[in-house]
Amino acid sequence: MPPRDGAGPRQRPRYFPLRRIRQLPQAVRDNGGVHQYRDDGVVLRTQKLGEADRIVTVLCRTTGRVRAVAKGVRRTKSRFGGRLEPFTHVDLMFHSGRSLDIITQAEVIRPYGAPLGGDYPRYTAGVAMLETAERLTPVDKEPALRQFLLLIGGLRALGEEEREPRLVLDAYLLRSLAVAGYAPALEECARCGAKSNGARLPAFAIAAGGMVCASCRPPGAASPSPQTVALMLALLQGDWEAAGRSERRHRVECSGLVAAYLQWHLEHSIRSLRHVERA
Amino acid sequence: MYEGVIQHLIDELGRLPGVGPKGAQRIAFHLLAADPEDVKRLAAALVEVTERVRFCRTCGNVAEADECRICLDPRRDLSVICVVEEPKDVAAIEKIREFRGRYHVLGGAISPIDGVGPDELRIRELMTRLSDGTVTELILATDPNLEGEATATYLARLVKPMGLRVTRPASGLPVGGDLEYADEVTLGRAFEGRRLLDV
Repeated sequence: MPPRDGAGPRQRPRYFPLRRIRQLPQAVRDNGGVHQYRDDGVVLRTQKLGEADRIVTVLCRTTGRVRAVAKGVRRTKSRFGGRLEPFTHVDLMFHSGRSLDIITQAEVIRPYGAPLGGDYPRYTAGVAMLETAERLTPVDKEPALRQFLLLIGGLRALGEEEREPRLVLDAYLLRSLAVAGYAPALEECARCGAKSNGARLPAFAIAAGGMVCASCRPPGAASPSPQTVALMLALLQGDWEAAGRSERRHRVECSGLVAAYLQWHLEHSIRSLRHVERA
Repeated sequence: MYEGVIQHLIDELGRLPGVGPKGAQRIAFHLLAADPEDVKRLAAALVEVTERVRFCRTCGNVAEADECRICLDPRRDLSVICVVEEPKDVAAIEKIREFRGRYHVLGGAISPIDGVGPDELRIRELMTRLSDGTVTELILATDPNLEGEATATYLARLVKPMGLRVTRPASGLPVGGDLEYADEVTLGRAFEGRRLLDV
């Protein structure tokens, strides 16, 4: 090997023999691995933090709901500020922190929010979906794959022009409740289990869990029209053809019942539902 | 924990945005070491700002009288109103020295998830200002995020029957940035709003 310029003869590097490193106590030779993980998810909510940071709540595919800090994203020159807007499906790299994780990288998979910003009724329906998803996943980092897939499907349907946003929202609310174990009973009595068998169940009792027969009907239960109940069933089962044929008055009644049912079972109000505008 | 008054000062400073317990302690000891005249001047400024500053009755900007200096300025163009979310945005636009119209501060953006709807903003006051027919152009300079976009869409839809010219500032690549680091949404917007280079 030729000698290096001005460096004289090359010195042999000094290595610690491997057996000596193995003898060192754990705390000296290893700082502990920096825990990073990668997951994809939908941004549910962002909150301002400090000068230029944000706390971002994401519903992830495998990790479940995660609250993480995105540093400096409110600055105009932020590398990924625009990628962490609500409704965006993003591929994220997280760095585990003491209380909150830190988002270190973000790549957009699909910006579901792009068609919503310019359409106010769709935007308000979408925000109600995000808030519901957040409420239905109350525990941090508890996997909720079915809720995640349902939200992705709901946001995709919301971006389609031909579907009425409020119908998409009601379908999402009913199905997310079903995934969480609160599916309303629509074809049998929620109390005694008696099948309707073509006969009409007369009342919808929110506290009982859906439609009830005449003998189980509690005082104060709503009496929706049969078409409204049929619409709720169509939305729950994903029968868009039947739902699309429904009349406006039945849609309004259905929305009212779904909103009341959701908030009663969540034991929490969904603030954005008040602002949802019908197209 | 420190003696009564020092701890009281640290606690009060710690309530300010962006100031944590360590920062509050540092500021408190800086004030103790500073010239007493400087500290008195700071205290007087704090008292004065709470007593004298209020919101302009016309535009909602911060003012020292019933109306802010922009609304009182006769050289301002009365036919253009720029709608912004916060008084801080007025200061940011004033810095560019390009805009000669007047402002309207909404006091936030529509954010249903936080319980902020159109009724919680100064939209009714804006509609009153537009009703006399003096204004011909409305610039919707809400923040370029989803809430700002939704607020701009809501306002554009609301004022459409009035036949005004409704515009929105362009959004896209920041000056001095690298193209490769731009996110897809921003880059997409920049391409949507590209302009003819007339050389």
